[in-house]
Amino acid sequence: MADAPKLFKVTIDNITIDVEPGTSILQAARKIGGDVAPPAMCYYTKLKGSGGKCRTCLVEVAAGSTADPRPMPKLVASCRTNVMDGMVVKNITSEKVIDARNGIVEFLLINHPLDCPICDQAGECHLQDLSYEHGKESTRYEFPRRTFEKHDLGPYIQLHMTRCILCYRCVFTADQLTEKREHGVLDRGDHSEIATYIQKSLHNDFIGNVIDVCPVGALTDKTFRFKNRVWFLKPVDAHRNCSHPKCNGKVTLWYRGEEVFRVTARKDQWGEVEDWICNECRFEKKKTADWEIEGPTKVSRHSVISQGHYVGVQRPKEVLNEVMGGRAPKLLMDIHSVSEVNNPAIDLSEIEGPAHSTDFKTDNKR
Amino acid sequence: MGRKLLIDKAGVPGIRGYEVYRREGGYASVEKAMKNMTPDQVTDEVKKSGLRGRGGAGFPTGMKWSFLAKPEGVPRYLVCNADESEPGTFKDRYLMEFIPHLLIEGLIVSSYALGSHSTYIYIRGEYAWIPDILEQAISEAKAAGWLGKDILGTGFDLEIYVQRGAGAYICGEETALLESLEGKRGNPRIKPPFPAIKGLWDSPTVVNNVETLAAVVPIINISGEEYAKIGVGKSTGTKLLSACGNINKPGVYEIDMTISVEEFIYSDEYCGGIANGKRLKACIPGGSSVPILPANLLLKTAKGETRMMNYESLSDGGFAKGSMMGSGGFIVLDEDQCVVRHTMTLARFYRHESCGQCSPCREGTGWMEKILKNIENGKGKKSDIDLLWDIQRKIEGNTICPLGDAAAWPVAAAIRHFRDEFEWHVDNPEECLRRNYGLANYADPLVAA
Repeated sequence: MADAPKLFKVTIDNITIDVEPGTSILQAARKIGGDVAPPAMCYYTKLKGSGGKCRTCLVEVAAGSTADPRPMPKLVASCRTNVMDGMVVKNITSEKVIDARNGIVEFLLINHPLDCPICDQAGECHLQDLSYEHGKESTRYEFPRRTFEKHDLGPYIQLHMTRCILCYRCVFTADQLTEKREHGVLDRGDHSEIATYIQKSLHNDFIGNVIDVCPVGALTDKTFRFKNRVWFLKPVDAHRNCSHPKCNGKVTLWYRGEEVFRVTARKDQWGEVEDWICNECRFEKKKTADWEIEGPTKVSRHSVISQGHYVGVQRPKEVLNEVMGGRAPKLLMDIHSVSEVNNPAIDLSEIEGPAHSTDFKTDNKR
Repeated sequence: MGRKLLIDKAGVPGIRGYEVYRREGGYASVEKAMKNMTPDQVTDEVKKSGLRGRGGAGFPTGMKWSFLAKPEGVPRYLVCNADESEPGTFKDRYLMEFIPHLLIEGLIVSSYALGSHSTYIYIRGEYAWIPDILEQAISEAKAAGWLGKDILGTGFDLEIYVQRGAGAYICGEETALLESLEGKRGNPRIKPPFPAIKGLWDSPTVVNNVETLAAVVPIINISGEEYAKIGVGKSTGTKLLSACGNINKPGVYEIDMTISVEEFIYSDEYCGGIANGKRLKACIPGGSSVPILPANLLLKTAKGETRMMNYESLSDGGFAKGSMMGSGGFIVLDEDQCVVRHTMTLARFYRHESCGQCSPCREGTGWMEKILKNIENGKGKKSDIDLLWDIQRKIEGNTICPLGDAAAWPVAAAIRHFRDEFEWHVDNPEECLRRNYGLANYADPLVAA
């Protein structure tokens, strides 16, 4: 009988874990979980060859292995570096890493339009999370941001090239999931862009998955465009017997009231798709009757998507009066006296559906 | 007069053709290697010679060759990196244009040592006329029996192919070169795996610079030990330098690495001093990517020793007070040159040539160029200089390939040594538009030319 494969001992941020040989540092860190896992904007477990490009997952290797305990001279991309036995990795415990990561986030944001208020990805955007964690409150970039000529990718997929961070995930997706890749990266350097060579739309049964893999709002669902904000939607797991041989029909439906606003693949805790779904499931089946409902999707409590689902949230204590020695703060203008919408007596999370001015005008005392 | 091994015959009329080249002793190394030596012995000779890669990084060639994985049944490739696109470097062009057979000869010997049966020359797209010269040389060599099947009756087969690039600087990076050679977009690969394990078409590959491969010829001819006696310390053999800028005699020179920087700039045998009787302000000793050095640090190291033209001496003092041998693109700036404008030009180049794959280089190079443009045009702020420093610090070391470092180092060195000039640009916005030279630490020649 063959021996069980020897496990490698690797220490990440002072936490030691045994992993199989051939595991990347990132995967080992994800096994530990929590803050130890470096952020990844371009790496995607399911896509072969992805990773190494965004540089947000850089970590410091303080000791290469037991056999060769020298530290690595540069920070390494944890998604593409495999662990060695006895490796010591520093992620959030290393100032160098934090500093470099802040720099990367700044680089990613200098040409990003920051149009989150009108972006469909807002709320489930990895760049938003990343900049919330590592970004600065203001920018040092004083030049016009980069713009591109618009490309139309057909009836299903909307491309916003200005938001793209060139992670190449969609290129790998089209390469590995579809028979023929029709889009790719054109040009070079800071003007390189995702596009089809001569303007054409993307036609393929699985091309809709590029929407799910896109970490930002560069590729969004045209059938969902501007329809709703993700945090108003309630995700529900569902499945159907899909006739497509490569699609198993396991999806997440996004409800608002009775209406299915969009269908996406199911994602795991790292925001990665569990099973690829076909275009028919994604774009065509938007009736509850098309699906067999399994139950609500578990959403992390820290996600903005879960915000709509908690009623009766405990509010923080009002401390203003306390710190001001019992005096009330002096208001320049009491906004509640002029606006009905900002009525503190109304709890937004208790309103079913989108809030309209009528919700506020009716003396809502629930 | 230093010893010349590579270009001493370049002046012989008709050396470009096979007849003359053969008459002048060409292809002797192929005969010697294939008839009297095993491939491992050739590799050992190269190891003994201490030859260091002439492309820029200076990695020992023999060691690189010995790293080549040799699994059974998998082809191995040798790729000659002739994508010489570094601003200021034009030594390989000289070799390929004037003595193409030297490169072909070096390729045959090296392919024999490495066991490569298909060897590629990846040549820079802008060198549009040189592929014809190389093709001509290859067909001549083939007609004479140095290429093809069963060379010299040893049973060794070899074909050499010439592939033109499409004009991207990044394709000079070895893994981007391999991607481009495979017909893909020229993006650098993420290492590991290194090309010695998994290179061209997933097979073990060695990528070497033109000059490195050409230097294999004299190494085999005169033996590795003899070759190692030329030069100093770990800088063995001869090195081609392409000198340009404000000097009297720009051109390609072969040095044996025992001369001083000062001699190289001021002696009539080499650059012949600064043009128009001006004074030396600064110099980039090894191609645009390496740090610029002000005159006082160029001629003497920080310890006060005379700086010599070799790998160790040029990098003496680290990046704070030294530079690098690099690819041998020796760019000289006289007292009238503006370091800010010079740095901006380099930043523009790196912005244009970044492949756009990884974020620090894609975004950072463009940002640096914009800031430098502002400073150069009198629209800069004092804080911009610190910002530039911070940006280059965040690019350096955080990218996939060395282009990020190459973009960061010139900016870093310019600020480190010429911060006063940057500040002068910020303080005198109007004057800096009229008069584009600033302040510098001059050094006059210590030895009269």
